[in-house]
Amino acid sequence: MDPALINVFVAGVLLLVAFAVGAWIERRHYASIRQREEELRRLPAVSIGALPVPNGWDHDVSGLVSGHVVVSVDHFKRFVAGLRQLFGGRIQAYESLMDRGRREAVLRVKEEAARRGYHAIVNLRLESSRLASARRDGKGTAGVEVLAFGTGIKLRRRAAS
Amino acid sequence: MILSNTEEVPGQTIQAFFGVVSGSTVRAKHVGRDLMASLKNLFGGELKGYTELLHEAREEALERMVKQAESLGANAVVNIRFSTSSVAQGAAELFAYGTAVKVGR
Repeated sequence: MDPALINVFVAGVLLLVAFAVGAWIERRHYASIRQREEELRRLPAVSIGALPVPNGWDHDVSGLVSGHVVVSVDHFKRFVAGLRQLFGGRIQAYESLMDRGRREAVLRVKEEAARRGYHAIVNLRLESSRLASARRDGKGTAGVEVLAFGTGIKLRRRAAS
Repeated sequence: MILSNTEEVPGQTIQAFFGVVSGSTVRAKHVGRDLMASLKNLFGGELKGYTELLHEAREEALERMVKQAESLGANAVVNIRFSTSSVAQGAAELFAYGTAVKVGR
């Protein structure tokens, strides 16, 4: 068989495998995100600097909380995005990547706050940065890091005076 | 040490300012992790090795910032910010900074 043909065949199989496994991983991730978001609904996270304290309550302790994740797209999506870059326009593959990363990071910051007994998170900030691959030619993206951080606050009932 | 990214510590008042404190660390990925990550890159999803690496690095930057604040006699750091910059191929600097203060109720 023609070696060029074999190369094309191998590349095609790789794309197919990446598509199937990548889609499965993404579905599983989204299922986990939705479930944990439901569980953590009771813990509000806001981007404003302070929340009004209910009557009869005081601030107790507070502290910095953060959560982050490094995510990447699969080989198939990277290929499709590469094609998309020829014509421009919306790259859905990367939109869902950023969405997954942000929601995961927010979930992790909420999980840390819950673990430390905070009732809410104020001043939530989101940052993301691209991690370059260590390859010498600088090709390929190793992933995107999304960081979520804020201040966890805990309230306590004011002592009756 | 109370850490916060708000302008003041909720429920407490600032009694003294000690200026800006910061901590940073530059990290490179190691080859094993990079190899695993490039395998994971085929299928996408979370790259756990990198998540852990960046977590350790950020903790260290924070720790250095806290040490500096302690040496100034502060008991809290407010308005904390993070920044990440890639210094060279495969290396990143993680930087944390904030304002060292003394707070009390």
